[in-house]
Amino acid sequence: MSNLNTPDAGVSTAELELAQEAEERALSWHNRLLEVAGSSWIFGVLIVMVVVFSIMSPAFSTSFNLVNILSNAAIYVVLAVGETFVIIMAGIDLSVGSVLVFSGVVAAKAMGATGGSALGATNAGWGTVTLGIAAGLAAGGAWGLINGILVAKAKIPPLIATLGTLGAALGLAQVLTNGVDLSGIPTKMTNAFGSGKVLEIPSIVICAGVIALVAGIVLSCTRFGRYTYAVGSNAESTRRAGINVDRHVISVYALQGLLVGAAAILNLARFTTTTIGSHGNDNLTVISGVVLGGTSLFGGRGGIFRTVVGILIPVVLASGLVIVGVQAFWQTVAVGIVLVVAVYIDQMRRRPRKRARRRRRSPRQSHSSTKGEVL
Amino acid sequence: MRELDSKTPVVEAKDIEKTYGHVDALRGACFAVYPAEVVALVGDNGAGKSTLVKILTGVEQPDDGSVYINGSEVELSSPITAREHGIEVVYQDLALASHLDTPSNLFLGREILRSGLLGKLRLMDKAAMRRDTMETLNRFGLPLISLGLPVSSLSGGQRQSVAVVRALAYAKTVVFMDEPTAALGVRQRARVLDLIRRVRDEGMSVVLVSHNMPEVLQVADRVEVLRLGARVARMNAAEVGVADLVGAMTGALDDTAMKGD
Repeated sequence: MSNLNTPDAGVSTAELELAQEAEERALSWHNRLLEVAGSSWIFGVLIVMVVVFSIMSPAFSTSFNLVNILSNAAIYVVLAVGETFVIIMAGIDLSVGSVLVFSGVVAAKAMGATGGSALGATNAGWGTVTLGIAAGLAAGGAWGLINGILVAKAKIPPLIATLGTLGAALGLAQVLTNGVDLSGIPTKMTNAFGSGKVLEIPSIVICAGVIALVAGIVLSCTRFGRYTYAVGSNAESTRRAGINVDRHVISVYALQGLLVGAAAILNLARFTTTTIGSHGNDNLTVISGVVLGGTSLFGGRGGIFRTVVGILIPVVLASGLVIVGVQAFWQTVAVGIVLVVAVYIDQMRRRPRKRARRRRRSPRQSHSSTKGEVL
Repeated sequence: MRELDSKTPVVEAKDIEKTYGHVDALRGACFAVYPAEVVALVGDNGAGKSTLVKILTGVEQPDDGSVYINGSEVELSSPITAREHGIEVVYQDLALASHLDTPSNLFLGREILRSGLLGKLRLMDKAAMRRDTMETLNRFGLPLISLGLPVSSLSGGQRQSVAVVRALAYAKTVVFMDEPTAALGVRQRARVLDLIRRVRDEGMSVVLVSHNMPEVLQVADRVEVLRLGARVARMNAAEVGVADLVGAMTGALDDTAMKGD
């Protein structure tokens, strides 16, 4: 019993300790390099893409095209901002596209019911628009709350819980509309949140930018953001630190729902219809954007700026490939490759620590009878 | 034995019973921690050490028996209640959020907010937390930890130190340490033991749960021995050897050891 913690004879303990500490110092440098590389390389990829496309075709870097790229990315950015919170918390939300459709339908219904004429609510005033926004946000928030309660209280794995709400939300949206898209969105709304421009920048881009900025501050500077990282890093430790983990999980899913509701408003404003059939792949677009940006699917690490970069990459690729005359289908191939590479780099960042631990053990193992830990 | 009865224990457990299904983990266990001492809680596997520590840190509630802090009876219904009574724990797995840096871990759950409107918006004062962390680390003689790195990038000994310092920084009454040196090398272990003595000298009490008997005798002032869910011996560390401890733990010394009350 007395030798439980004493090192094995044969190797001088001082030597061992020194080697161990030297190695750990080297290791922390290694980690730091990977950390820096990991957070900025994908931004580098984006810059390189923009530069290359601009050189290949002057049409790419026109302000018209750049504004178009940002408009295409705006809705995904809002969805991905919430998804970033969820994924940093080591959760996942597959239901974003369906909840977006449902929230859009509820908002359109609410506006049609209050501000409508035979032609829909096209000419409705600000009161109706405000009601529509509130209804859309409430519908999104409610689905987020359901997701959160299923995950935190019913202990259903988030993959399954949100797969369930993915089906339920889309189905209910179809029930509400008989599967026919609603149109007649108020012009005031499409101007304020869609195609209207401030200083040549479409308002949808400004809205998405403001949401991303505020979310970025919340994530990195507030207690709420800190707890999001902590839960994703180690939920049990966070609980022992006296933090109500269940409540935080529910809040994060509810926040995600609210943001999906906001994205639904932007979607209505941009397309002036509920677009029921065109959001089936939103979850994959959004999750791959988040992961591409370098937010870890295992939780505990990530950021909003990275997510915006990760969302922009496929959009820039799509636009650029079309402009330089490559078949647009190559875009999905390219995004697939970049995604796998991004996750590979994430794995590499997680690996060195384990490798070093094994190396460190080896000299002791050669002198002891205990079986080495297999990593 | 030291003169114990003249002092009020800072933490005392009396006749604690705890049953998990068919297993009687604690059968009328007693335990006391006196001011400014290092007391080791030892016992064989299954003797009830972990259960007793969980009860005294609010993680579990006893089926029967009572807990006193500074002489008055308390109900430790959650880890937060225990914390409010000045009890902190260093868990064996350290309970750190490994992706977060040292200040974030030290302040996890007690973040300093900015003043004024920004504080109402729950914005954290990162600079203040960083400064406090630096001061705290210096105070405990651990100035070399890089504050900006996630704790997963720190060495095993540094991670241990962060967990220990976090507990010591907030504890007012007593710190429980569950196998605080099990994963450490020789030098790092010496550092942690040093830290334990230092806080004892500052007037804090430390409960050390350990399997390492030489270490127990090296750092503890007193030893309380659990066997089969009850206290079977209380000893002054200076007066006993490893053989006495092992004897008490296994029951071989039942006739000679001092019985608990």
